[in-house]
Amino acid sequence: MEFFLVQLLNGISYGLLLFMLSSGLTLVFSLMGVLNFAHASFYMLGGYFAYQVSVKIGFWPALVIAPLLVGVLGMAVERFGLRTVHRYGHVAELLFTFGLAYLIEEAVHLVWGRAAVDYRVPPELDGPLFAIYTSQYPAYRVFMMLMSVAMLVSIWLALTRTRVGLVIQAALSHPQTVEALGHNVPRVFMLVFGGGAALAGLAGVIGGNAFVTEPGMAAAVGPIIFVIVVVGGMGSLAGAFIASLLIGCLQTFSVGLDWKLAGLFERFGWSVSPDSAFASISQITLAQTAPVLPYLLMVLLLIFRPRGLMGTRDG
Amino acid sequence: MADATLRFAPLNLGRWMIWGATALALAIAPHVFTQSFALTLLTQMGTLIIFALSYNMLLGQCGMLSFGHAVYSGLGAYVTVHALNMIGKGALALPVSMLPLVGGVAGAFFGVLFGYVTTKRAGTTFALISLGIGELVFACVLMFPGFFGGEGGISSNRVAGAPVLGITFGPAIEVYYLVAFWCFVSMVAMFALTQTPLGRMANAVRDNPERAEFIGYDTQKVRFLQLVLSSFFAGVSGALSCINFEIVTAENVSAIRSGGVLLAAFIGGIPFFFGPIIGAAVFIFFVVALSGFTHAWLLYLGLFFLAMVLYAPGGIASLILMQIPVMRAGRLRELAAPYLLALAAFLVAFAGLIGLVEMVYRLSDANLDTNMSLAGIAFNAKAQAPWIVSGALLAAGLVALRYAARFVGERWAAIQQDFEAGRA
Repeated sequence: MEFFLVQLLNGISYGLLLFMLSSGLTLVFSLMGVLNFAHASFYMLGGYFAYQVSVKIGFWPALVIAPLLVGVLGMAVERFGLRTVHRYGHVAELLFTFGLAYLIEEAVHLVWGRAAVDYRVPPELDGPLFAIYTSQYPAYRVFMMLMSVAMLVSIWLALTRTRVGLVIQAALSHPQTVEALGHNVPRVFMLVFGGGAALAGLAGVIGGNAFVTEPGMAAAVGPIIFVIVVVGGMGSLAGAFIASLLIGCLQTFSVGLDWKLAGLFERFGWSVSPDSAFASISQITLAQTAPVLPYLLMVLLLIFRPRGLMGTRDG
Repeated sequence: MADATLRFAPLNLGRWMIWGATALALAIAPHVFTQSFALTLLTQMGTLIIFALSYNMLLGQCGMLSFGHAVYSGLGAYVTVHALNMIGKGALALPVSMLPLVGGVAGAFFGVLFGYVTTKRAGTTFALISLGIGELVFACVLMFPGFFGGEGGISSNRVAGAPVLGITFGPAIEVYYLVAFWCFVSMVAMFALTQTPLGRMANAVRDNPERAEFIGYDTQKVRFLQLVLSSFFAGVSGALSCINFEIVTAENVSAIRSGGVLLAAFIGGIPFFFGPIIGAAVFIFFVVALSGFTHAWLLYLGLFFLAMVLYAPGGIASLILMQIPVMRAGRLRELAAPYLLALAAFLVAFAGLIGLVEMVYRLSDANLDTNMSLAGIAFNAKAQAPWIVSGALLAAGLVALRYAARFVGERWAAIQQDFEAGRA
């Protein structure tokens, strides 16, 4: 029970972090039809900017400054890059963001080196907050959850209760009509792209010190958030939310378990001889398969429900 | 009338000449560039040409943007390395020169397996699924060290089995000719495929899948067949790289390889059959030649790629082909001045960029010496002056480049206008 609760909390906090990333990606995708390959790179930049700022003036200013910087960078990318390739079609846009992800990773290598940087949890939040049975639960994890939830609620309110939010929602489905009504739709695109980038940057700020800030962090998280977008159904925010929590929990739970197929067979009284071809598969623990599980989930879903969990169309 | 169909098939002399020249170039290349360094370069180019052309069967010809093409070449290479080891032990009687077929069949097998899932969807979703499959395979390779050899990979020895016609594949030149042979055969085969009904349907599915369905073709089946054929050639190139390097590691199936082939094909020019050939040569030049000079070569490659995506989506091939009508009209001379101006502006901007990039690199690690020299000029990266000079060079170069681009555009438009007037 103790193991279960701790892992559940970890899974939810990780899942919420993933949703901060995938929500921006989904919004940009449904608005502009662009799948931003560099989204995880903005997450990485958030972590690195926060490290740089926190070394100079501290963590709390970094929490505000780093996402803003990433957001401004995102807007510049949309204005001067994406808008230019837009006329060449979706493949060109995808290739542009792919090249950008490549470039950001190399720039990070060049500026901060290839090793991980020492980006730490602030001392105020470094330590346990409460205990679950015998294990202490770290305060920073709770802070992460609170930050994510607060951010997501405010975005939801902004999208549904403000004028700008309503224009964005309208531009999602009827961009031409919105333009005809006198709104500057390209500017809406730029704002949403920048907002998505800032959200990814914020995820980097609070995720970078909880996990590790290194040049490989974009490549590690990037494919996972794409899997979330596919599993949730392309362009569906609710689907992305469910898929984020599902994959967050799936990964944290499987890392903590060392179940093997061989163990399952023994329960039924079968044994696998060590020289059979099946032996190497039966000896793999569930923890070892953790990196594969999200992709397996995606493949299975595509075979049985190609539109994704909450998707509406078979694209 | 026994045969109602009219057939008009003149001898296509131009085509024969191009293929003949290609074969000749492949045959004499190692005798023109005689350094051993050049031989390594040429061998790797041959391997990548097959890989990039097979990639273009998906992206250029069928509109499928794949982020996981290295899966097929990598798994083909893994199967080949096991076959090679079996030949070495005497358990398999097959000449080493036929191993690319083994790799190709293995690649096609995995193409059937994964293609069934990936080709269910087209467009952006296909791109994402191919990425997911790539990650899946990469993680699995590290999970089963029995077959894949874990982090260290599987090494082998290409001098195996009885030599055929005295060819042992010990010397590098013999490996080059093996690669050149398979490269030529694959090029011809892939070009022939573009002329078949399947190749034409692939183009139709790329351009308008809805209409292709309306005239009765199953677009999913077309994508699937195209993917399987393409993974066959990817497997051939994987087998050749296995014979060349005598080692296969997890890197062979990694996202880095998949991204690399995408870059190579795109830089060369995906709308043209021969584009990826140019791209493969340029890419290998970046990888092998430039990586010896600077740590930031990947950054330059990325910038080059982005510039191509933004300003020349047809790749290098389109830039070359655009000049041909102008050259025929004998008006290339009018463009010489703007071209030279653009080149000069680019060189100034590039010099500034190199200065900035190299200084950033020197400052990134406290262990690196900040006293450095570029183009024979010695300076310290901590001083202010080199930063100001490099920044000024970059800014001035970019402004000049903008001006030069307008200059080129004006002259170009004038020539095109004359062409239009001549046609009317």
